[in-house]
Amino acid sequence: MKPLDSKKDYQNYVDKKSPNSPIWKNCLNAFWVGGLICSIGQIIMSICKSRGLSTEISGTIVSIVLIALSAFLTGLNLFNKVGKFAGAGSLIPITGFANSIVSPAMEYKSEGYVMGVGGKMFTVAGPVLVFGISASIIVGLIYFIFI
Amino acid sequence: MKKLGKQTIKFDNPPCITEVASIVGPKEADGPLAKYFDQCLEDEFWGEKTWEKSESKIIKETVNMAIAKSGISSTDIEYCFAGDLLNQCISSSFGLRELNMPFLGIFGACSTFVEGLSLGAIMIEACAQNVLCAASSHFCSAEKQFRFPLELGNQRPQTSQWTVTGAGSAVLSKTGSGPYITHITSGKIVDMGIKDANNMGAAMAPAALDTLICHFKDTGRSPNYYDAIITGDLGHVGKEILIELAQDKGYNIKSNYNDCGVLIFDKEKQDTHSGGSGCGCCATVFSGYFFKQLKDKKIKRLLLIATGALTNSTSTQQGESIPGIAHAVSIEI
Repeated sequence: MKPLDSKKDYQNYVDKKSPNSPIWKNCLNAFWVGGLICSIGQIIMSICKSRGLSTEISGTIVSIVLIALSAFLTGLNLFNKVGKFAGAGSLIPITGFANSIVSPAMEYKSEGYVMGVGGKMFTVAGPVLVFGISASIIVGLIYFIFI
Repeated sequence: MKKLGKQTIKFDNPPCITEVASIVGPKEADGPLAKYFDQCLEDEFWGEKTWEKSESKIIKETVNMAIAKSGISSTDIEYCFAGDLLNQCISSSFGLRELNMPFLGIFGACSTFVEGLSLGAIMIEACAQNVLCAASSHFCSAEKQFRFPLELGNQRPQTSQWTVTGAGSAVLSKTGSGPYITHITSGKIVDMGIKDANNMGAAMAPAALDTLICHFKDTGRSPNYYDAIITGDLGHVGKEILIELAQDKGYNIKSNYNDCGVLIFDKEKQDTHSGGSGCGCCATVFSGYFFKQLKDKKIKRLLLIATGALTNSTSTQQGESIPGIAHAVSIEI
């Protein structure tokens, strides 16, 4: 079999020739950075609760602080470095969501505040919102009808 | 000029590459070829408000530099062939709108520079005395258009390439002391079904192979004829693939073949994964490095094959595969 015999053969050949991402290193970094971000969230939660705030309000404060921190680091051009190092570790927590909204807002500011920042802000986070909200509606309906 | 075989033109009076210029961004200035470029920028904006404006300024200043270095008055340059990667080629048309000469905008993705040299050479042979060719790309504007915002915290696959920030420009003339464009081989569109926009090298390698073999068949030359065979931006992955594919077809290019995308960055130190890409990659490496090698006669026969991935973000999202193209020029002194 020669690589250029068919498109399928070429795809298989290319897959063999292409270096893979260092998956174990990436997993390890994602694990500890993701864990660290969650631990920071837990510390903020514990501080809030020790000051007598309810669990619900403390949780909201954790989200606000982590979103603000992530947005701030994105603005300083630092979050992308964290993201490159940690991958899903910084993407999956709410920090990644904040970054995915702030980064296009910064990028498209050159196209104006309305069509640039406003229009493009959700180009990355849009699908997460659409399918996140859709899924929650379906779950809500199942809960309403059957439980 | 005379047609050889299916896709090659041989020039009776080979056009001379009179002068070249190159301007690159800060990342390229940290790379192994930094000392060969005419100017290295300290930041990606170069005093402009947007990356698009910055890219326009880069190609404009590169063109002005090439004209100034050539000693030819800009009024004596009769045509300009230029292109870039941005939608509707705005970098070159905006950057060169004050050039005040007939302008022929071209798009061949990352193969644009050699496409320009090919068309410019034909124009010289046909009627013109002096012709200008230029191409540019910019990492930030390309990322914005083709991929994700720069500040997004994601990881790049090992096969991905780094778009070169920079522009290269060449002035071609009817007479001069060389180097000369002796042959051009215009490539066909070749699509082997690769859909991964992060593996452009693999998508373009079959097109490079097609043009390479066609050039050898049309001219009757063999790989040994050339001191150097250089592709535009196949990167590390595409380079390895091309060597193997050529070997498979009976052409051994291992000893004299390299790729501009491999040469422009230090893969390990600069974290550029599979290497450089973009119109600016081939344009700056030729205008910066190889032109001087030809002038100093360290390389006497060069086959420059610029490769292009004819894709955009819409076709990628619609699941289309990536058609590749490659154009070759034989440059000799």
